[in-house]
Amino acid sequence: MAKGSVEIVVERCKACGFCVEFCPTHVLALSSAFNAKGYHTPYMVHPEKCSGCDLCGMYCPDLAIFGYKQPASPKERRGCRATAAGRSRR
Amino acid sequence: MHADPAGVLTGSHFLDGDHACCEGALAAGARFSSGYPITPSTEVVERFASRVPTVGGTFIQMEDELAASITLQGAVWGGAKAFTVTSGPGFSLMMEHIGLAIMTETPCVFVDVQRGGPSTGLPTLPAQGDMMQVRWGSHGDYEIIALCPNSPQECFDLTVTAFNYSEQYRVPVFVMMDEVVGHMTEKVVIPPAEQIEVTPRRYTTIPPGEFLAFEPKDDLVPDMPRTGEGYNVHVTGLTHDNRGYPDMTPAQQDKLVKRLCNKIRQNVDKITLYEADQIEGADVAVVSYGITSRVAQRAIDLARDKGIKVGKFRLITAWPFPEKQIAEIAAKVKAFVVPELNLGQMVREVERAAAGKAVVRHVPHAGGSVHKPEDILQAIMEVAR
Amino acid sequence: MTTIGITPTNPVEPFLRTDRMPHIWCPGCGIGTSVNSFARALTEANMDLKNVAIVSGIGCTGRVAGYMKLDSFHTTHGRAIPFATGLKLANPKLNVVVYSGDGDLFAIGGNHLIHAARRNVDIKVVCVNNLIYAMTGGQTAPTTPGDVVTSTNPYGTYDPSFNLPYLVEAAGAVYVARWTAFHVRQLARAMEEMFTKKGFSFIEVLSPCPTLYQRRNKMGDGLDTMKFYKEKSRIKNGAPTNEVALSKSGEIIVGKFVDRERADYRDLMHDQLEEVLGDQYVEAEACECSI
Repeated sequence: MAKGSVEIVVERCKACGFCVEFCPTHVLALSSAFNAKGYHTPYMVHPEKCSGCDLCGMYCPDLAIFGYKQPASPKERRGCRATAAGRSRR
Repeated sequence: MHADPAGVLTGSHFLDGDHACCEGALAAGARFSSGYPITPSTEVVERFASRVPTVGGTFIQMEDELAASITLQGAVWGGAKAFTVTSGPGFSLMMEHIGLAIMTETPCVFVDVQRGGPSTGLPTLPAQGDMMQVRWGSHGDYEIIALCPNSPQECFDLTVTAFNYSEQYRVPVFVMMDEVVGHMTEKVVIPPAEQIEVTPRRYTTIPPGEFLAFEPKDDLVPDMPRTGEGYNVHVTGLTHDNRGYPDMTPAQQDKLVKRLCNKIRQNVDKITLYEADQIEGADVAVVSYGITSRVAQRAIDLARDKGIKVGKFRLITAWPFPEKQIAEIAAKVKAFVVPELNLGQMVREVERAAAGKAVVRHVPHAGGSVHKPEDILQAIMEVAR
Repeated sequence: MTTIGITPTNPVEPFLRTDRMPHIWCPGCGIGTSVNSFARALTEANMDLKNVAIVSGIGCTGRVAGYMKLDSFHTTHGRAIPFATGLKLANPKLNVVVYSGDGDLFAIGGNHLIHAARRNVDIKVVCVNNLIYAMTGGQTAPTTPGDVVTSTNPYGTYDPSFNLPYLVEAAGAVYVARWTAFHVRQLARAMEEMFTKKGFSFIEVLSPCPTLYQRRNKMGDGLDTMKFYKEKSRIKNGAPTNEVALSKSGEIIVGKFVDRERADYRDLMHDQLEEVLGDQYVEAEACECSI
């Protein structure tokens, strides 16, 4: 089970690729789908590798993505979720 | 409310206009000034630098007038009443921040002790050449308030008024002195603190989270938030909405700029100050301000000695210009005589307000000294014929 | 960050005016990245956010103030520092941060910057240096390295440029550091450390401007620039600042260069006035405008 996960506010993303490039465990890739502004937003191509280190969040110039440690509780949702400002389209 | 006694030097004094202006600022509650030395205004902040450490406040000498004119605005948003002092060349440098104060509705006071220009001009000699610059010098459309003392006593009184207006209307207010008024020494009576009315800052009572920083009240002026209290206020020189957020649409530009002008225009009757004497039945009205009004008084007295019916109208607020009053007088007199220490500034406003109903005779003077009373008398005699 | 709540939140989110998102910065611009580090620094330094005020000038970085959910002031071009000086002196409890760009702080605002450093006014200056005037279309800045093509030096810049840490140290700053947008964790730590310093503190953040600097100079996009920073940067804490000048494609020395103690402006003012005036001195604790 992955130690962490990421969340993305898809509509803030401008597809700079920083999160994909600098993710230490290579969790992310840019999707082939677009957000409303026409950017290819990232998604978790290897969610099982995510450590929740939030380096993606620190790099994100659009304040769109962040990583977090996976909670211990099984009730918690897993994987890449999209937040209120936009659904992840994959 | 009444002045804080800590800043009020109650008593009869023998002061020049610059020093009296400083005492007016202290009486009004000014506890911060950022300045840059320039003749003939520097004595105001020299006195402030000497006095304010004993009252509880700060003077900082900045690196230039650009800095001086915005440091004081930082202090205002930090909670202080603040002002700066300058003369022509420095005033030119301050124009950008006059615009900022207008746009951000920052209550503050600028004192301009006018000297001869253009450029370095006459550093130690008088002029009244900044009267249009104060009205129009910064870019864009706006309204400001400008007061013209003609004595050291008025330098005290009108500096208090300037602070009060700035707080009431959240607009930069200008004390338009001239070198002679700044440097002439006369008796100045400073009343007890409880006799000095001081307008408090319009702090909102609405808690953070519910407060819109630029939402106007009925008088078109918004209340102010306190910095450091969780209001998360955003203040910008960009065209902005009621939250303070940039909104650079033609519609918002129209709404904001009109309100910034109308908050002065719709309160013009409350703001306008003037002195009128023997206007009823006069054939000629002499319109003047600042030091020139005192020279004009001599010319008026001489004319009356000759049997000419002359009235006096002294501008105390140059801006907003008392155009209603001038229009009323224009319907009654044959002519206006307008002496001023420039080659034609406020006279244009008199012409505009008179709207052809009376002759307007300008008595120009390029500055460097004051008029000869005889020159003003000559103009009175000519238009009275 | 460890989040055990039901809904994990982005650590930068509490510091943002989310109703103003998305921001205006271009894809691959590093200004937003620096904001992440700033947000983490505010958290790690346990700052009381009510007492943090941010002041910006004009330009791309000048927009930072408008996106931060703090008391924020977007002033005139080059004059963020004197505004911040007034704010701090009138209300000393505030932690005043100036967040602005290289053109704003070092060209039109250069005089204010050196004098604030000389006085050692207790303000924290974050300078996002993208080596160019970006908002206005890529003109030469006082930081633009030689040979770089700009819209006003279309055949390559020949104006000599400023070495910002050297200048700021000489002017009197008590804390001087440089990081790049690639060094997010080091930058966050430097910003946190900056809050512990009393006096004029300065952090230079080298940032990509893919739209107007890298593109025009065929240096790739924002990501390429981040890789360039990674490859070219050498951490050298304590490096003499006269040895850290930047060039178009040379080594980038990063690190903390200056960390020293000097009495700040308010302390100097207080000590002098108290010594001379004695009991007559009334300290201006806070210019509370009750009247």
